[in-house]
Amino acid sequence: MTHLRTTLAATTALCATGAVSAADLEVTHWWTSGGEAAAVAEFAREFEEQTEHTWVDGAIAGGGGTARPVMVSRIIGGDPMAAFQFNHGRQAEELIEAGLLRDMTHVAEAEGWRDIVNPPSLLDACTVDGRIYCAPVNIHSWQWLWLSNAAFEKAGLEVPKNWDEFVAAAPALREAGITPMALGGQPWQSSGAFNVLMATLAGPEVLQKIYGDGDADLAAGEEMKRVFKAASDMREMVQGSNVQDWNQATNLVITDQAGGQIMGDWAQGEFAVAGEVAGKDYTCLPGLGVHEVISTGGDAFYFPETGDAEIEAAQDALAATLLNPKTQVAFNLKKGSLPVRSDVDLEAANDCMKKGLEILASGAIMPDVNMLNTEDTNNQLNDLFVQFFQDTSISAEDAQAQFVEIVASKD
Amino acid sequence: MSDPGILSATVVGADAARDALAGPRGPKPRRRFSRRNIFIYGTLIVVALYYLLPLWVMVVTSLKGMPEIRMGNIFAPPVEITFEPWVKAWAEACTGLNCDGLSRGFWNSVRITVPSVVVSIVIASVNGYALANWRFKGADMFFTILIFGAFIPYQVMLYPIVILLREMGLYGSLTGLVMVHSIFGMPILTLLFRNYFTSLPEELFKAARVDGAGFWQIYVQIMLPMSLPIFVVAMILQVTGIWNDFLFGVVYTKPDLYPMTVQLNNIVNSVQGVKEYNVNMAATLLTGLVPLVIYFVSGKLFVRGIAAGAVKG
Amino acid sequence: MAATRPIRLFRNLSAKIAAIPMILTAMVVFVGGTAWTVTYSFTSSKLLPKTKFVGLDQYERLWGTARWLISIENLLIYGICMMVLSLVIGFLLAALLDQKIRFENTFRTILLYPFALSFIVTGLVWQWLLNPDFGVQSVIRGFGWESFTFDPLYDARIVIYGVLIAGLWQGTGLVMCLMLAGLRGIDQDIWKASRVDGIPAWKTYVFIVIPMMRPVFITTLVIIASGIVKVYDLIVAQTGGGPGIASEVPAKYVYDYMFQGQNLGQGFAASTMMLLAVLVVVIPWAFLEFGGRKRV
Repeated sequence: MTHLRTTLAATTALCATGAVSAADLEVTHWWTSGGEAAAVAEFAREFEEQTEHTWVDGAIAGGGGTARPVMVSRIIGGDPMAAFQFNHGRQAEELIEAGLLRDMTHVAEAEGWRDIVNPPSLLDACTVDGRIYCAPVNIHSWQWLWLSNAAFEKAGLEVPKNWDEFVAAAPALREAGITPMALGGQPWQSSGAFNVLMATLAGPEVLQKIYGDGDADLAAGEEMKRVFKAASDMREMVQGSNVQDWNQATNLVITDQAGGQIMGDWAQGEFAVAGEVAGKDYTCLPGLGVHEVISTGGDAFYFPETGDAEIEAAQDALAATLLNPKTQVAFNLKKGSLPVRSDVDLEAANDCMKKGLEILASGAIMPDVNMLNTEDTNNQLNDLFVQFFQDTSISAEDAQAQFVEIVASKD
Repeated sequence: MSDPGILSATVVGADAARDALAGPRGPKPRRRFSRRNIFIYGTLIVVALYYLLPLWVMVVTSLKGMPEIRMGNIFAPPVEITFEPWVKAWAEACTGLNCDGLSRGFWNSVRITVPSVVVSIVIASVNGYALANWRFKGADMFFTILIFGAFIPYQVMLYPIVILLREMGLYGSLTGLVMVHSIFGMPILTLLFRNYFTSLPEELFKAARVDGAGFWQIYVQIMLPMSLPIFVVAMILQVTGIWNDFLFGVVYTKPDLYPMTVQLNNIVNSVQGVKEYNVNMAATLLTGLVPLVIYFVSGKLFVRGIAAGAVKG
Repeated sequence: MAATRPIRLFRNLSAKIAAIPMILTAMVVFVGGTAWTVTYSFTSSKLLPKTKFVGLDQYERLWGTARWLISIENLLIYGICMMVLSLVIGFLLAALLDQKIRFENTFRTILLYPFALSFIVTGLVWQWLLNPDFGVQSVIRGFGWESFTFDPLYDARIVIYGVLIAGLWQGTGLVMCLMLAGLRGIDQDIWKASRVDGIPAWKTYVFIVIPMMRPVFITTLVIIASGIVKVYDLIVAQTGGGPGIASEVPAKYVYDYMFQGQNLGQGFAASTMMLLAVLVVVIPWAFLEFGGRKRV
């Protein structure tokens, strides 16, 4: 059996090398959780099926903080990988300005990305001076509340329909020995959850004005005061969830140890891997059931300049494959995100994804925080909110004052 | 005797010398259960247990199944021993698309560690020898800068070194990585070698000079044969440091050269649903195995090497 | 004089050639890299190093950031405790092992083995042992002491001591070995003499042996201190800087700002402050080591 397999593998290898100008394409990314890995495997499979090239996987676990220095070092060291994952937005601008990333406009034009990518803001985020430098692969939104149906049942409660009901249910959940809300210890989760509270309870316009225009008065105002009040409610609810990673926190909801979690739609991938069914085992509330809106952030792939014609051909092929309808469906179903093109058929989508698609179609969308803030500002927000959610001695007023300072000094 | 250099140098040399001789030489300690002995052994046993506790927890956890871990007490021995986590950590754990566990990086780690250890030790020992016996003008200054370098956090040097390697055309190559390890190992190793060589009897060196021996001749024929212990110590330090390195390995090489610690990070940091503590612990132990074995083996060598040196001396 | 000079030059030359790697490392990497870092700390570099100078802006922001202040405080607490405790514990253990005991090799190996493990591993194991849900706390509660509380990693006020426990576990073995070596270097006649004079053992240690071991202490201090300044992996593996930002350290601040926050300028400003602090340590060391004295 093993022999047979080896022979087969050898034959395949021979065929692969025999093909014309097939290249090994090294792709670096930080998708290593269960759902993420399954999704990226779809990319690799589709890429190898649709083209003659080979996907060489360069996964670096530990998120952007670990992977980014590797990517940037490789690029400025003059020995780049062939493609890498980045959150689009303002992150890659400098690499583009330094001429280190390849202009992919020719692929975008040939494939007609301008016409198919929806919302167009995704492509705009890839565009610098009219040229397109990246391939957006999905839409991720942050504004979701994931609830464990069984946890509420155990506490003898109805599953809440919005944030306020959830807050009201917290004491009963505690009594039933369930942590009302799960929150991982990593800083980005704290600021992310806060931004969701802000976008839904105060509304997307407020978020847009504060992060987009740096409106410090608004940040100090009454509306934000209410958001900070909600954040301190949330702080009470998350006491006792001693986990670090986001998917460990999601796992608390999956195993009904926690009532709910505010997390982006990528959490859905974890529910899927665990075999849970939307509507039956868990409930999702877009916009926390308060203000149905989704942000249209997402992931994109960039392609460094390599000066190697073979690699360039393979890069073009990969870029086209990533937005190919078949790839889009396969990938996004696994990842729990929405496809970047509205013309694909997502019959297999579950209830939550369908809700997301409806909201997207209705146009209730907002820009992602990554497109408004620099990573530097995000980092400051991370520090503030991770401290706030973990340390009950900081009052909501103090936190708001610090928040105003960050907003006032942001660039 | 009043020279600090000489004494600090004795550090390792004398340790070993006395070590080797501890058994055969001198009167045997009193064997009675005196209060003194009870105190000494009692304290040492308690301390030893404390030091062994984490290892114990790692080993028993790596042999348990996940349900048992969730139920039980982390200190309890496994009810049902399973080697599944070890197999998984070595050959099956996934990161991204690659599901071949730590085995993928093992040989890379060897390929990185062996030349890096050899090169860094050769360079540092020659440095130490030059600093101890052939002081030239400015040597103290360079040495001070080197010690300053021992304190520089690695992250700070990440980009300057990327640029340096790029300009030398070594970026992404094994040679480049070996160079980086040699550079960052140099400060502490040079300090150790310098101190050791200063501790050797100066008469030997002077006699050799009178006989007309040169720099390299004295180094190879006189210094090296007397220096096994310090080489073993340097080797332990370097093997441990380089084998356990993650940052340089991942930043200065490519996936086909990634050391084992990159896979360890990937296994430990990529959570597939539930954190598999048993696999994490097995992966951790597997990664730590090489430095541990080198340490245990060379610990003996260390003693033996000195014994030989003592007979000759 | 005219005759000796060329010979001297020649002699210096061979040593100098041998020391070329060291000189290059010292000048190009350490001095060059430091100068590079300091220069770019005055710029507004973000993702890539750029020469857009902004004066002292980065430093103003640095010293106005709560996280940096907490980082420094933590490093001071961790550093002082680590330095004192690892020297004291290391010395005491070495003194115990030096009593001509049996199984010395076994004990020494047990005390030193954690040093073979990386900080990542150390952090992970201790994170686990100190986890309130299944570590020491839950085990002791399992014995019936229900109110027992020991969860340093989830208590912002004492988390740095939780890290210290792990750091000591990993590092004291090496200190013990260095100390043991130092003790073995002491002439046995001193012990005989003090015994003849009837001086108690502890007095002999404190007043005679330890002063004689000064150089060993200095070498050990350099090794411990360089480890303290660089502490990063341990924090990342054990606490991730949390809870909140209660266990942040400067090296992590540097790393996070350079690569997570993509604000190289800020990271370089923090590094420059760290390097300055290191100078404050290294210069007295160099003075002690070479101060005024010229050998050969």
